[in-house]
Amino acid sequence: MRRQPHWGGAWVAQRGRFAGSIHIDANPVCAAIANPTIEEEIQTEESLDLPWQVVVHNDPVNLMTYVTMVFQRVFGYPREKAERHMLEVHRKGYSILWSGVRERAELYVQQLHGYLLLATLEKVD
Amino acid sequence: MEICRGDDELEISELDPFLAELLRQIPASTNPEESPAAEQRLFSRPADKGEKESCAEWKLYVEPELRKLFRTATETVASDLQQLNGNERPFANRTLRIPAKHADAWLSALNQARLVIAAKYDFTEGELCDHYRSPIGSRRDLSLFQVNFYGFLQEFILREISGCGEKRSD
Repeated sequence: MRRQPHWGGAWVAQRGRFAGSIHIDANPVCAAIANPTIEEEIQTEESLDLPWQVVVHNDPVNLMTYVTMVFQRVFGYPREKAERHMLEVHRKGYSILWSGVRERAELYVQQLHGYLLLATLEKVD
Repeated sequence: MEICRGDDELEISELDPFLAELLRQIPASTNPEESPAAEQRLFSRPADKGEKESCAEWKLYVEPELRKLFRTATETVASDLQQLNGNERPFANRTLRIPAKHADAWLSALNQARLVIAAKYDFTEGELCDHYRSPIGSRRDLSLFQVNFYGFLQEFILREISGCGEKRSD
């Protein structure tokens, strides 16, 4: 059974429960050691909640360099990968930036909106 | 206009009164009020229309946080812009110094302003790529110039924070 969507939950999670394992600068090994129970909870949710995807849509106003920087910051992608996605958005109209558990996808969408990109959360068909 | 990077700041000098005025207009330009298109662009849907529950929860929980985030960035920029409000000669060129730690706030405010103006005037992609159009003609032309000028500043800030810019030699 799929968990009901709740942005509020993910929003709270960003500032607390899952913060250690979501921020791109965090060390996942340290986070796992510090919070073994939380890690177990995430794995359980992952197994129940696959798959969702984060889609970024084209916008003629946002600068290409800006979009590339946002992809690097939010997803921790290397510059080349970030540029590939940026160009895909530009040429194809959209790009799937990430797929996986819903809660993390929600968080990525929130971060992308914070950078004013057109991003949506979509269930994989 | 000259732009360069110091140790902990970005400096925009030789700002003529026209460009200084465009900079002063950044905070006001981020306001989407009275334009549903601009409001919709700044606070776009996080999921398909069919996901009504998700969209409703987003409005309730996330949108207020986004508004706060955008407002904070704009306030930082407005505070930096106070430098342009001195009682110097009215038509003298000005200098603006942006602390490096405010770079993200500037990127956000400039982006907000560009998106709001572009949404209000419904600029086409072709218009947005027309960097040689004169700002003197109509309010629309001036707004297009404003979008491109803010974009130029964004590019400059991005280059500087990624370490690709040239440092000022004192």
